Amino acid sequence: MSRSARLSLWQAALVIARRDFTAIVFSKVFLLFLIGPLFFLAISAGGGYVGAMAADSADDPQLGIALPAEATAAILDAQERLDPLVGMPEVAAVDPADPQDPRALLQAEDSNLFAVLSGTLDEPLLTGPKDDIERWSGETALLVGAARGTTIPEADIAIDTTDTGIINQRTAQDATARAGIVMLFLLTMLLAGMVLSNLVEEKGNKIIEILAAAIPMDAVFVGKLFAMLGVSLVGLVVWGSVGGAIVFLGASALPVIPPPAVGWPLFFALFVIYFAMAYLLIGSVFLTVGSMAPTVRDVQTISLPATILQLMIFFLANFAVGQTGSWIEVAAAIFPLSSPYMMLARAAKEGVLWWHLAALAWQVLWVAIFVKIGATLFKRTVLKSGTAGREKGAGRKGLLAMLGLTTNQS
Amino acid sequence: MSDVLDQAPHGDKSGVKPGTSTELAIEARGLVKRFGDTLAVRGVDITVPRGAIYGILGPNGAGKTTTLRMILGIIDPDEGVRRIFGEDRPQRIARRIGYLPEERGLYPAMKATDAIAFMGSLRGLPQAEGRRRGAKLMEQYGLGHAVDKKIKELSKGMAQTVQLLGTLVHKPDLVILDEPFSGLDAINQGKLEGLIRQLAEDGTTVIFSTHVIHHAERLCSDVAIIAGGKVPYAGSVEVARDRLPPQVRLETKNDDGPWRSALPASATRDGAAWVFELPESGIEPLLRSLIEGNAGIRSLSIERAGLHDAFVTIAGEAAAQAMQSDEPAQEVSA
Repeated sequence: MSRSARLSLWQAALVIARRDFTAIVFSKVFLLFLIGPLFFLAISAGGGYVGAMAADSADDPQLGIALPAEATAAILDAQERLDPLVGMPEVAAVDPADPQDPRALLQAEDSNLFAVLSGTLDEPLLTGPKDDIERWSGETALLVGAARGTTIPEADIAIDTTDTGIINQRTAQDATARAGIVMLFLLTMLLAGMVLSNLVEEKGNKIIEILAAAIPMDAVFVGKLFAMLGVSLVGLVVWGSVGGAIVFLGASALPVIPPPAVGWPLFFALFVIYFAMAYLLIGSVFLTVGSMAPTVRDVQTISLPATILQLMIFFLANFAVGQTGSWIEVAAAIFPLSSPYMMLARAAKEGVLWWHLAALAWQVLWVAIFVKIGATLFKRTVLKSGTAGREKGAGRKGLLAMLGLTTNQS
Repeated sequence: MSDVLDQAPHGDKSGVKPGTSTELAIEARGLVKRFGDTLAVRGVDITVPRGAIYGILGPNGAGKTTTLRMILGIIDPDEGVRRIFGEDRPQRIARRIGYLPEERGLYPAMKATDAIAFMGSLRGLPQAEGRRRGAKLMEQYGLGHAVDKKIKELSKGMAQTVQLLGTLVHKPDLVILDEPFSGLDAINQGKLEGLIRQLAEDGTTVIFSTHVIHHAERLCSDVAIIAGGKVPYAGSVEVARDRLPPQVRLETKNDDGPWRSALPASATRDGAAWVFELPESGIEPLLRSLIEGNAGIRSLSIERAGLHDAFVTIAGEAAAQAMQSDEPAQEVSA
């Protein structure tokens, strides 16, 4: 290497990435990072268990039967017969204090009734909130008909069960797409925050000027992004291995999930690639924010809008995934920050591969643009003067200037 | 003292044509930098010959760091040009430059030798070689016992030394040190002065900023005085000192007598001595008048003006006081 040259962008980025990668992977904090998903799973499982307990402890709402005794018995009998066939509401015989006012039954403090069937079998009256009436009026009519002795037509049907059908497959692929989006979101959220705190720590250590003097800021940004990407890939390998082992060991007990449109192997590969792109895109935005903010407090303040942006992207992708072929789905696939989410969803639902090549090229372009913008803004607004001579609030003013805001100066 | 000092830098010193800008380590013309409404640097011109020890003097807030950052390409000037070894994009020759910023910074969890190697790797030195040189440098600089210690386990002065060694580990042709003496005790300041002299003897160009004039006076062949974002003087220390006439310091046995009429009107008392500028006519006529006037000369000395006096004359009393008190000399708003 000639001494008159300097490190190329990639060589310099490699120096930064190597330092950051080893510093993180060989730190105790990395163990916490690796077991982080366990906390998430534990909290999710705990939440689910508590929810299930709460659901179990609550009585199901019932249809109150306030008919004469004989008619009530006929209704209860009809419910028992029809429930296995068509799914009937839970029913409960009630003894109304005032049979002319079923509304009072619905208002009673200890009531667990969603509606009340009163009157007689010949002139039944269903009383209840509009939504419940609409939901259950058909079934109630069947009950009354059966109680009157009307014959309900039935036929024996031979049954041939299959693993899946097209509707079932579409539903499963939709679920896979949504699950993929959620996983991408959770991982990028975790990592974008880490890359942000990494840069803030660097500013706190005052190393940033040494880096800026020796190598291009673009290389610093790229190095940091890829170091954290490397860290996350190590995490993915560990988590994937553990998950794979669990799946392998419990394969027989697991339900058969219809494969995504591109097949499981390619879907997993695309998941890793789109995860990398989603992280690089949002990470470069967070890195820009981190580099611009003069203090940790400012980072926290300004990272909030960035986090909200990330949430909005998540909601957009989640909404658009159910709008196949609509303009909003196309827009979400084109908008750089949501593109990885949407394209992963497409991989679950559609088998066209060239879309992914085009999308990846598009996303790489935007990563480059974001990194360049971040590095340029950093050079423009940071490192304004020496420690002692620094104008008070200079960093904050730079930050405001970046956001297009101005301050009054006395 | 070290590998760095044992060998001359590897810069391209052959084929330099006299009279061209490549004779200069640094050439900065009309550098201007604004930060919002603040004009931090307003037209700085600096030329640093190769192999020089060059001081940038000025109080805090004068624009020294901003000027150095522009020269290094960390920030771009709004106006003006700067070249290092003839290259107008300094980061293109980053391997030939070593830089110690005013705000010292190292990774606390890194080992000392790794920190030195990392700084070298930023300038293109392979990591393994950086570690080898780093360990040797630390040994030679009296920090051999701390080679495997983490930065957070070192004292502030030791960490500062480690960073300085990291600045030199890749054997740069040009070393730029921003306030290198600040934070060092007297012994380490002396060591650093020795190191700077040694670097220059080996052919390395050294530029440092300081607000302590004595360091510049002891070390520098050339200085730039910077105040309020401007450079009112840039050139040789000797020429700066020669801007002021020498000072005569006279002590006599007799307090009064005919000899008093020989003293210039501007003569002032400093304790038992009279102090005044050397008359344009020279010392001989004055000496004759003192003898003939029976002054009873106890002592008479002629002292050249110091760099501090030159600084006061050039930059003003306010800037000089600010240098001593570490306070910004003045606001630099546009």
